[in-house]
Amino acid sequence: MREFGIGQSLPRTEDLRLVRGTGRYTDDIAPAGSARMYVLRSQHAFARIGGIAIDAALEVPGVLAILTGADATADGLGGFTSMVRRTGPDGQPNFEPPFAVIARDVTRYVGEPVAVIVAETLNAAKDAAELIEVDYEAQPCVADLALADAPGAPLVWEQCPGNLCVLTEVGDKSATDDAFARAAHVAQVDFRISRVAVSTMEPRTAVAEWSEADQRFTLHASIQNPHMSREQLAGVLGLPSHRIRAVALDVGGGFGLKGVPHPELALVMWAARRVGRPVRWTSERSEGFLADCHARDQIVHAELALDEEARFLGLRVRVKANFGAYLSLAGVHCALGNIGGLSGVYVLPAIHGEIRGLFTHTVPIGPYRGAGRPEASMMIERVIDVAARDLGMDPAELRRRNLIPADRMPYDTGFVFTYDSGDFPASQAKVQEISDWNGFERRRAGAWARGRLRGIGMAHVIEIAAGQLDEMGAIEVDTSGAIAVTTGMQNHGQGHETMYRQLIAEFMHVPPDKVSVRDCDTDQIPYGFGTGGSRSAVVAGFLLETLASKVIAKGKQVAAIMLEVEPDQIDYREGAVFAARDSNRSATLAEVARFAHQPMHLPPGFEGGLSHRQMTRLAGPTFPNGCHVCEVEIDPETGHLDFVGYWVSEDVGKAINPMIVKGQVHGGVVQGLGQALGEYIHYDEEGQLATGSFMDYQMPRALDMPAIGIVSSDTPSRNNPLGIKGCGEGGTVGALPAAMNAIADALGPLGITNFDMPATPQRLWRAIRDAGGMPHAMAAE
Amino acid sequence: MPLVNMTVNGRPVAREVEANTLLVLFLRETLRLTGTHVGCDTTQCGACVVHVNGRAVKSCTTLALSCEDAEVVTIEGLSDGEALHPMQAAFREHHGLQCGYCTPGMIMSAVGMVRRLGTDLDRDTIRDELEGNICRCTGYQNIVEAIRAGALAMADRPDA
Repeated sequence: MREFGIGQSLPRTEDLRLVRGTGRYTDDIAPAGSARMYVLRSQHAFARIGGIAIDAALEVPGVLAILTGADATADGLGGFTSMVRRTGPDGQPNFEPPFAVIARDVTRYVGEPVAVIVAETLNAAKDAAELIEVDYEAQPCVADLALADAPGAPLVWEQCPGNLCVLTEVGDKSATDDAFARAAHVAQVDFRISRVAVSTMEPRTAVAEWSEADQRFTLHASIQNPHMSREQLAGVLGLPSHRIRAVALDVGGGFGLKGVPHPELALVMWAARRVGRPVRWTSERSEGFLADCHARDQIVHAELALDEEARFLGLRVRVKANFGAYLSLAGVHCALGNIGGLSGVYVLPAIHGEIRGLFTHTVPIGPYRGAGRPEASMMIERVIDVAARDLGMDPAELRRRNLIPADRMPYDTGFVFTYDSGDFPASQAKVQEISDWNGFERRRAGAWARGRLRGIGMAHVIEIAAGQLDEMGAIEVDTSGAIAVTTGMQNHGQGHETMYRQLIAEFMHVPPDKVSVRDCDTDQIPYGFGTGGSRSAVVAGFLLETLASKVIAKGKQVAAIMLEVEPDQIDYREGAVFAARDSNRSATLAEVARFAHQPMHLPPGFEGGLSHRQMTRLAGPTFPNGCHVCEVEIDPETGHLDFVGYWVSEDVGKAINPMIVKGQVHGGVVQGLGQALGEYIHYDEEGQLATGSFMDYQMPRALDMPAIGIVSSDTPSRNNPLGIKGCGEGGTVGALPAAMNAIADALGPLGITNFDMPATPQRLWRAIRDAGGMPHAMAAE
Repeated sequence: MPLVNMTVNGRPVAREVEANTLLVLFLRETLRLTGTHVGCDTTQCGACVVHVNGRAVKSCTTLALSCEDAEVVTIEGLSDGEALHPMQAAFREHHGLQCGYCTPGMIMSAVGMVRRLGTDLDRDTIRDELEGNICRCTGYQNIVEAIRAGALAMADRPDA
């Protein structure tokens, strides 16, 4: 391994500022003369707005402006668009209401912006907000997905009868029907994937400035994708996108939430232009619960057909997915874009799914780590466990029997994905070993003897990563030989700054302290897709290798001029040295870079400088995979659940920094376990949010979460030269089904077959009580 | 407006503040010490933890005026010049942070934990003690490892 290069667990460069408290998060920058924005939000899930009285509020000292939907209409503000379009029930493109940034005459979810107050201080803005009188005429609403398509349910949009926005089928219906017709056994399960709040620790935040001289906005914001956000905001504000510079500095967590443009980004820009001052906005946590796009929220029916030898014949799913009141940028994508994960890691000859996307009077649904992958994984992995229980089989054995063999890679699932690589049987064997899967029944008996229920659950993970194949980057070498790296991807905890340095050390033999990484800034690079979909390591590996090879090739031409030999006589060697072959003449990268910046020494027409910028396109996506095992113990007297063990075998291909990979797995797993255990967004019948703070919304805490054992089972990807697969989301994709399988396994002996997340003490206790409690006979066994 | 006097990171400060100013906003907005963060509005997340007279407190539920004559130390005041505090170094060494937003509060809580409970902290104790600090990125495992190692390192640095 090369010093500082690929494969080493180097401590992170960015930590040097983050542990000192000298990070640069958006709310840390307060431009001189900046004003503050506060958003007055709808108190009703569905209401007509008769009028908004702002006169008294305007009298509050320090108030600079109060803007409402009428002003937005006058200024021509639009809404955000969906990046995915499918079909509606009539087979035509689905109805797509623009995601409004401020309510006009109707509000459609609690928390929808109704008025914007700009003031010298936040307190003044809040005081003014209290004096604004909104004349609401409340209407009956529907917030619960289960009721959204009930006969007579209130309609979110008159254009969508039954609130049905998208109706799509995937897979092969007739082949699947045939498979079920000849099945020896059909397993079935119904479950609900709860609605959750992404809850990045840094709330959403933005600072906007309008330059009258340049006719241009500068937006600093906590976002994952400045370029895409800029395009969307340009559409809302009615400007060409080059009139917006979008910059993301340090971002305190994203997980998909901050990849979706939200109304306040447009509002803070609009406000800055209207008042002619920089304007800051930062969400409060309670605001975030109301107005951050929520995630997941699906109702699933899944069926698995098996033959006499317990081999899978077909999978059938029916899914209802909540979209909320509007379509966010990725709302439809979450329900449909990653449905390919249904095929799992199995030989599964026939799959058919019917997906209904429904509007409700709730904040729009957006992506959250996995964005449809954990949902798809739940469908296949839960129904496998139900089949195993039906057949009296070890769920591990049932899986093993149906895994895609390693020697069939690359493997066309016949559904959506073609897997490039992976050794699923090896992965399963490894996690069974480190979890002592085969010794579990002893542990269960021991728990029963102590009056505790114990369960174990397995789930294989496979997820598409780097599905967005394109990215732009630049490597620029200055006259001292220092290197600046710019890409269109954005670092919000994944360690890009460290990873890029390791890649540069690998490809250009330059130590980390001579490499700088630029912020993701639309003025620094004209294109970027941003960070999401577990893509950055895969994309960066190929992108930086390509850029580095171009810069080295250019450096060889310059070195050839310096050393007076032909370019093909130059080698680039360890220590960042250009050496003339079969001679003692050489020049360092710094010397070559300095020479390259002296055009007077270069031949006429020779392009000076030593830098390169281009876009690259990966040959294909990758499929990080793995196998998870979760073990739980439940106290039937209190309903308290302990995660007593958690183990992962992971295949991320080639790891650039194994320490960072493990950290991504830890964090991903805990986000899945958090949803299984306690996270739960609940709206009441009036569409009021009942879980609107960290007091009511149970975030996973250190004492609730297990230590996670990880074993590598890496097989290199065939879709990029470095063999990297990515690792951002797999932890969550595996943890949700592994945890729910473990809980079902613990409760199964009591005859409980359907237990939905979250596994809070109250819900577990009630389920156990309703099932008659833990029989004494079990405890005596 | 009333005047408040306190020592922040070893320097005396005297500023007029509105009576309802929270310590965290005094630090962030008035003194521009932005290392202390705000992650919630219900005193749950711990991103705002600082030391007041040696005790770890949540600055989001502390009035600036209540810190009259107090010694306040924030994350920016923890390290001694260029050298990281052992707890800061341990968080980096053990990858106890990802996005870094909860990190200042985590580190200040961890140092407070060591001062109360000593330098030999077992993992269960650390997990229990972190009840008031939420992290969304790390799954806590490496934070626990970092605090354990940082605490042991503090044993060799009685001044830390």
